[in-house]
Amino acid sequence: MPTSVATQRATPAALAASGLTKRYGERVALREVSFAAAPGELVAIIGPNGAGKTTLLSILAGIQRPDAGAVTRPPREIGWVPQQPAVYSKLSVAENLRLFARLEKVADPDAVVARMLEQTGLAARAGDELGTLSGGNRQRVNIAVGLLAEPPVLLLDEPSSSLDPRQRARLWEFVRGQAERGTAVIFSTHDVQEAERHADRVLVLADGELLFAGSARELAATVQPAGGDVAGPQDFETAFVQFLRERGH
Amino acid sequence: MRWLLLKDLRILRRSPLLVTLLVVYPIAVALLIGFALSRGPGKPTVAIVNQIPKQQRSFDVAGSKLNAEEYLPAFLRSVNVVRASSPADARRLVREGKVLGALILPSDITQKLATGREQPTVEVLYNGEDAVKQRYVDSIIRARLAEANVALSRRFQQATAGYLRLLLDGGTLSVLGTKVDILGLKNAHAIVTGTIASLPPSSPLRTSLLQVAQFGRLAIDNLGVSRDVLKSVGQPVKVRQVLVGGRRTPLDTFAAAIAVTVSLMFLTLLLAAGLLALEREEHAFSRLVRGLVSRVGLLVEKISLAALCAFGVTLLMLLGLGGFFIELNWSRLPQWLLALALGAVAFAALGVAIGGLAREVRAASLLAFLLSLPIAFLALVPNGAVSAGLYDVVRAVSAAFPFKPTLQALDAGLNGGGGLAAALAHLAALAVAYTAVARLLLGRRFG
Ligand SMILES: Nc1ncnc2c1ncn2[C@@H]1O[C@H](COP(=O)(O)OP(=O)(O)OP(=O)(O)O)[C@@H](O)[C@H]1O
Ligand SMILES: [Mg+2]
Repeated sequence: MPTSVATQRATPAALAASGLTKRYGERVALREVSFAAAPGELVAIIGPNGAGKTTLLSILAGIQRPDAGAVTRPPREIGWVPQQPAVYSKLSVAENLRLFARLEKVADPDAVVARMLEQTGLAARAGDELGTLSGGNRQRVNIAVGLLAEPPVLLLDEPSSSLDPRQRARLWEFVRGQAERGTAVIFSTHDVQEAERHADRVLVLADGELLFAGSARELAATVQPAGGDVAGPQDFETAFVQFLRERGH
Repeated sequence: MRWLLLKDLRILRRSPLLVTLLVVYPIAVALLIGFALSRGPGKPTVAIVNQIPKQQRSFDVAGSKLNAEEYLPAFLRSVNVVRASSPADARRLVREGKVLGALILPSDITQKLATGREQPTVEVLYNGEDAVKQRYVDSIIRARLAEANVALSRRFQQATAGYLRLLLDGGTLSVLGTKVDILGLKNAHAIVTGTIASLPPSSPLRTSLLQVAQFGRLAIDNLGVSRDVLKSVGQPVKVRQVLVGGRRTPLDTFAAAIAVTVSLMFLTLLLAAGLLALEREEHAFSRLVRGLVSRVGLLVEKISLAALCAFGVTLLMLLGLGGFFIELNWSRLPQWLLALALGAVAFAALGVAIGGLAREVRAASLLAFLLSLPIAFLALVPNGAVSAGLYDVVRAVSAAFPFKPTLQALDAGLNGGGGLAAALAHLAALAVAYTAVARLLLGRRFG
């Protein structure tokens, strides 16, 4: 079923992608994906494993070249938090933050580093080498590095997957704050509830195809209530699974 | 057990780079060692120019005939001989590396040997491209010449004995075609004693005494000849060494240049390859190249760092060598610093190309290490030690890596002589080429 993916808002898009296609040999990881995100909009990308979420985000981030299609914004203006931590394990938390702050050419690196240490709750471990931190704490630094420059567009690939609940809350609080100041945020997640709660819009990817773009409520409305005659509210996760099943995934 | 085995085989089959290395490397090393053992210093190729006219190839020493050709086989035992038509031809062969050295037998050699009054000189041409080879040629020629000289001096000793016998017993000596009668000391003694015995008190002594005086004169003359002959006995043929191309480098400074180049190679390659691979191992590479730094910028940073570190360490090493083992030419400081610096940069560029191939530090280090040994080995193969065709291949392969030009630049920088500018230009070209290769490798793959 063809999906209209054009944003309904009148404001010019912070980031737009058109006709993105990516092949790995025979396998098509992404097929003709087009969408746009408005400034201040929070967009969630959800879909099964191998759906193409990471592929889409890394093309938006300028890390991979698409076989076809285009992205409106250069990578330089896009913040990027990869799925795998991309920080130096031999540098301390503060050193990693300071290095990337300088590379990003932020106005006051030390102030930004201090703020990020505060934000991530890692001030006490600022001097510890990354390699000695737990996986979740490493991920916190990874996220902080992507947020350093306060870019107009922020891409996060499963940012909350290894965080504890308190850190998740902090993360979303921060991300919302960024969005309120006009940053377009696009994130992928397997936590469908998280998408429902925080995203203004969800994109559903499966087998490289964009199946749906709209609010979580709109997505839930497209599926038949489970059990047929049982009317009433059903949770978003159930609706999402049913949506995929109806589309043959 | 069985399943583990199958699993490991399957993993190996899916690691083409590793398997290629595992297969190609031992073969390459075996071939190199094979060449070194079979085609190496055992039977070097030497060119010979024989300028002795045909009719003069046999000559007279004290009445016995000697044949110059007879000495050549002894001289050239265990060397492959290439006959050169002229000294110019020999010079060309040496310069082009077709032969290890050349030997020129001058036309007057038999005449000089026949008279024994003057030491004939043979010329040895060699290429000064590297000092190891220089010493090698030198030792080969000297050893062969010593053998020939021993054989010749045996003949001269016989000749000397003949002269001495003549002086003692008397006889005929052919001098410039005319025969001269020699009385001999014994006869002279007989005459003198006879004269004295048969002497009436008033008889005139003049004739006998005149004979004695004449003999004395002759004896003195011939003893003079013997002196010259005896001088030749030690070394009948003198060697004059002529350098064709390259320069004369003392072996110890050349050894120092090799040691420094080898250290420079290992340090720079491992460092540059490892530093670049680390960026990918840490997944930071993709973060960096999306706008924070350009790929070329990243490469230049790795190359600079690796080159600078290796430059510092090898400079210290060179200074240490200079303090204890070799004499450093301080007036040439800028030259050898430049050679060291450019060598480091070229090696670092090769290092980042290796780093661009591998995604992990360990793989990159292994690759750098495995590549280093054969490169150094090949660069040290002297020309003339292997067949001409093979040497051309060796030379082409060596030219594609920075080892040989670095060694040449460092040698020229340390010891003077030409070739520095060419070697530096070569290194600069390699640095640019390998940086371009690394850039291509980085563009193709994403960390
Ligand atoms: N380097 C690669 N080579 C070959 N195929 C790849 C490569 N990277 C991704 N793919 C394929 O592309 C498809 C999309 O992968 P992608 O990583 O984008 O999925 P994803 O939605 O992020 O999955 P997950 O939820 O598990 O992170 C998959 O089928 C995957 O196998
Ligand atoms: Mg993913």
